[in-house]
Amino acid sequence: MAVNTVREDETLKTAGKTVTLLRLFRYLLSYRKMIAFVIFIMLLTVGISLINPLIIERAINVNIKNNDIEGLLKLGAAALVMNVAMILLIKLRMYLMARMSNDVLVKIRNELYEHIQTLSFSFFDSRPTGKILARIIGDVNSLKDVLSNSVTTLIPDFITVCAVVLIMAVKNWKLALAAMSSLPLMIIGVLIVQTKSHARWQIHRKKSSNLNAFIHEDVSGMRVIQSFSAEDETEETFDELLSEHCGSFVNACRFADAFGPVVDFCWGLGTLCMYYVGVKMLGTQAAPVGTLMAFGTYISMFWNPIMNLSNFYNQLITNIAGAERIFEILDTQPEIADRDGVAELPEVRGEVEFKNVSFAYDKDTQVLNNVSFQIRPGETIALVGPTGAGKTTIVNLISRFYDVTGGAVYIDGHDIREVSIESLRQQMGIMTQENFLFSGTIKDNIRYGRLDATDEEIMEAAKMVNAHEFIMKMEKGYDTELKERGAGLSIGQRQLLAFARTMLSMPKILILDEATSSIDTHTERLVQKGIDALLAGRTSFVIAHRLSTIQKADRIFVIDKGGIVEQGSAKELIEKKGAYYELYMAQFKEVA
Amino acid sequence: MKKLSSYILHYWYAYLFAIVCLLLQVGLDMLAPQVTRRIVDDVIGEGAVDLLMPLLLTIFLIGVGRCVFGYTKEFTFDYVGAKIGMNMRRNLFRHIQKLSINYFDNTNTGELMSRVKDDIDNIWSAVGFIGMLILEVIFHTVIVIYCMLHISVKLAVMPLVMMPFVALLAILMEKKLDKVYEEISDENAKLNTVAQENLAGVRTVKAFARERHEITKFLSHNKRYYELNMRQSKVFIRYQPLVQFITRLLPIFVIIYGGYLKIQGEISLGELAAFTEYANNIIWPMEMLGWLSNSFASAVASNKKLKKIYNEKTMITEKEDPVVLPEVSGRVTFDHVSFGLDGKEILKDISFDLPAGRTIGIMGATGSGKSSIITLLQRFYDVGEGEIRLDGVPIRDLTLRQLRKSISPVMQDVFLFSDTINSNVKLGKRASTHNDLVRRALERAQAKDFIENMEEQYETQIGERGVGLSGGQKQRISMARAFAKKSPILVLDDSTSALDMETEHQIQENLLGFEGTTKIVIAHRISAVRHADEIIVLQDGGIAERGTHEELLEIKGLYYDTYMAQYGETLAQLNVQGA
Repeated sequence: MAVNTVREDETLKTAGKTVTLLRLFRYLLSYRKMIAFVIFIMLLTVGISLINPLIIERAINVNIKNNDIEGLLKLGAAALVMNVAMILLIKLRMYLMARMSNDVLVKIRNELYEHIQTLSFSFFDSRPTGKILARIIGDVNSLKDVLSNSVTTLIPDFITVCAVVLIMAVKNWKLALAAMSSLPLMIIGVLIVQTKSHARWQIHRKKSSNLNAFIHEDVSGMRVIQSFSAEDETEETFDELLSEHCGSFVNACRFADAFGPVVDFCWGLGTLCMYYVGVKMLGTQAAPVGTLMAFGTYISMFWNPIMNLSNFYNQLITNIAGAERIFEILDTQPEIADRDGVAELPEVRGEVEFKNVSFAYDKDTQVLNNVSFQIRPGETIALVGPTGAGKTTIVNLISRFYDVTGGAVYIDGHDIREVSIESLRQQMGIMTQENFLFSGTIKDNIRYGRLDATDEEIMEAAKMVNAHEFIMKMEKGYDTELKERGAGLSIGQRQLLAFARTMLSMPKILILDEATSSIDTHTERLVQKGIDALLAGRTSFVIAHRLSTIQKADRIFVIDKGGIVEQGSAKELIEKKGAYYELYMAQFKEVA
Repeated sequence: MKKLSSYILHYWYAYLFAIVCLLLQVGLDMLAPQVTRRIVDDVIGEGAVDLLMPLLLTIFLIGVGRCVFGYTKEFTFDYVGAKIGMNMRRNLFRHIQKLSINYFDNTNTGELMSRVKDDIDNIWSAVGFIGMLILEVIFHTVIVIYCMLHISVKLAVMPLVMMPFVALLAILMEKKLDKVYEEISDENAKLNTVAQENLAGVRTVKAFARERHEITKFLSHNKRYYELNMRQSKVFIRYQPLVQFITRLLPIFVIIYGGYLKIQGEISLGELAAFTEYANNIIWPMEMLGWLSNSFASAVASNKKLKKIYNEKTMITEKEDPVVLPEVSGRVTFDHVSFGLDGKEILKDISFDLPAGRTIGIMGATGSGKSSIITLLQRFYDVGEGEIRLDGVPIRDLTLRQLRKSISPVMQDVFLFSDTINSNVKLGKRASTHNDLVRRALERAQAKDFIENMEEQYETQIGERGVGLSGGQKQRISMARAFAKKSPILVLDDSTSALDMETEHQIQENLLGFEGTTKIVIAHRISAVRHADEIIVLQDGGIAERGTHEELLEIKGLYYDTYMAQYGETLAQLNVQGA
């Protein structure tokens, strides 16, 4: 699996700009009616603002000319009323647009987040958390203005341009052609600029994501950094990332900033052509001053919206890079997913079977090779063997964190790929070395095991795993707020809380992967007693290095070289004098 | 904290340059209508066709000039904005790295991320494009007002009276938005925190099949974020149209009052027409004011958040004239040390004297305070009572750098960086550590074999926090990292918990080779501490038992119990077999 690190740019699979754009606009489709209404409002307000000059014209031509102060005041009153109406309309439009763009933003973010929850470990393992976060927060935020502007700019300005072109063509098509002659030039210019700038904005987004990932890692690993006095090094790396980030922005601006001037230039060129054609070809007689003057006005009415449109386009190009990154995640298929129409796994009795299971994380390294075994309900199986032999892989396959590459895993005779993941995992209790605690109270953390558990049940679970005592010693007991990842608690205490959480879920199959490694021997025994009492008769898998932890298992599997090399009870295996015996003797070396 | 203005003033020359470009652009803008007027008046009106080409050429040149100056101006502002943002971010990062661990223990990663990233982005855009627009607005307004005053002082009273109202509205709105933006910034941080936690704990989420619960949690914050954004919009909608209203009325009032003046014969019709034109010209800068104060409010709110971080005092401070030891030999003394946190007593009256080159073993139940001893020694927290000394010097008198450089920790909670194995081992001494030393360290940590089996060996990229490696592999790399640091004091905090017996045994043997290194070994396994010169057993933060392995077995206390729990059955079975 290729791992993307903080400093490396992500590789991005994009569908192309147009597809991305259309997909983005599809979110607006469900607001068709609202958008139509907004456009209607905008037409009204434009209409009113066009009347304003007429009022002024009338004031000058009629009232002032005739020294009619009363008429002048009446006109003013009319204008006042009209403008009040306009302001109300504008308020309404702004409100509707704010609602729509915020709505869509929430929708996209939710969709993205929900989709991320379905993705498999390979997705999370192959990139730094900070980079995923950058997409959920930053990239989604970057779409806000684009969404609202696409309604308020795109549609009205497009209509204006078309209308002006029509008017000009009707008035004098030769002059109209001349005025618009620079349009192709502008389109070519804008296209060149946007191709370049789009590629550069993509790079900038990646650099921004790198920066986010670095900050995330740095803050998470601050204790190590300070312990190793590595602040100078991290500052150096940060500075590098920072200047790449800043540099990529400046690089993108180098092109993006040319948008305005290109349009501006073509605007000037169009005016120029118009006067030239007007004077040279039509002659001073054929082109009356009035028409030319009017065309001057029309030219700015034509180019102003074009300027707006190109600004909008520029903004679109800047932010489409964010949309691409969002859609890329949405298009990532989870490797482990429910098949269509899967059944719920009925209550588990605890029979587990591996039938010719093979597994490889990637093509080259085979971790398990044709492994078969059968576990009876209620059996405790210990997995031992050197690090990296595949013990964790076996338990990962049972909980379907990965899918087998060959053979099948059965629970109570059900191929686990034929049942829903949720119904499978909810019946399993999985404890690993990494016990993640969430910020929130101790109570809430334990309750994570079973969301509808009562306070009494929570306390009961904590007592079972010997966590109750230390919890009660804390100032607020079960209501103590935990810090991020349980900082402030010892690792052993964190393991105990995680234990309580798992116990509360009353799993039908329990998997303990080095779950007691940071707990002292005395406490471990107490915990073990609690587990035994609570989960009597349930199937369990135990991975541990301390032989004292595994000796009581019904069967011990010695895992090595991609398979089970030995199995049997502790006693049988010692008598066999094989691989287990050697592990055992290693311990003996220490005692003697 | 450096003031925002000082960041900006640092680039005064660039701003000056941009302003000159802006002025030239505006100047050319004013020139263009003059040329057009001549085309209309002279060429078309008077028939001076031979003037056409030169005039058109002038228009063309003016256009080119406008583009060049416009581009330069915009690019300069973008450039300066980016640089200022970069400088602010750099300084903030440096400040954050200096904060003490208790700050990080109490602040969520997601929040800090959004401060360094999003809040600075907000300020960045303010000093970039908002800066540019403010200047444009000011120039434009000044020029227009000047022209208005030139035509009629009496009429100019109207915009002059109106402008303070617009400014007042903008200020009021800024004040209101400022508060909303502060909340938005906080909610953004929370959103970041919730998502960050979910991603970091994804294994736990999936193990409990709690995806739906997580989504609900996120949705509620996302909803709150939406509501706050709507609140911002509502404030904006309350004020901005009012600003528009006032500015749109201006031309009408001008016409009415101007018409009155005309009727009274105080001004001419032409003057009134020109004045109206100018009144129309002042609309956009005034309307822009609302937008500007919106963005400004967002930057101000973010700046407040940064101020809070800057005001954070580091709890651990260095003495003004610290002692600098020429060489650290590695003697560690705890002198009646007590320590508590959040009102909870963690360590009580701990004393030991560990001569240089010796080993101390620390055992004790979960939560008995073992790791706190290390935390105090590294001065991540300060002792409550008593004193810790390094080579006889109180550690409070040393520089943090020298103190921490003297200690190589292998922490219980392994943290590896997403980088190559090689760079991970070199942490803190990137420039001076030779690859051979990296290899030797990894060999001593029993990591060489599995690394050399990897395709890219020492250059293998590992994932965040070491994702992709097994717990035992991570522990061994983190051990090698400490070995490569070559400090006089080596701390092993439960560092072999995920290793199999054989590997652990090898490492214990290798550790014996670290002669002259002071070792502090925290462990649950007897095998890890039995060779120590002194073993202390902690109970509820105090020392319950102390002595050598043999002495402790003699007294048949806690240590003996642990020994029997770990080896009793093995011993019994061996006896059975022997018999």
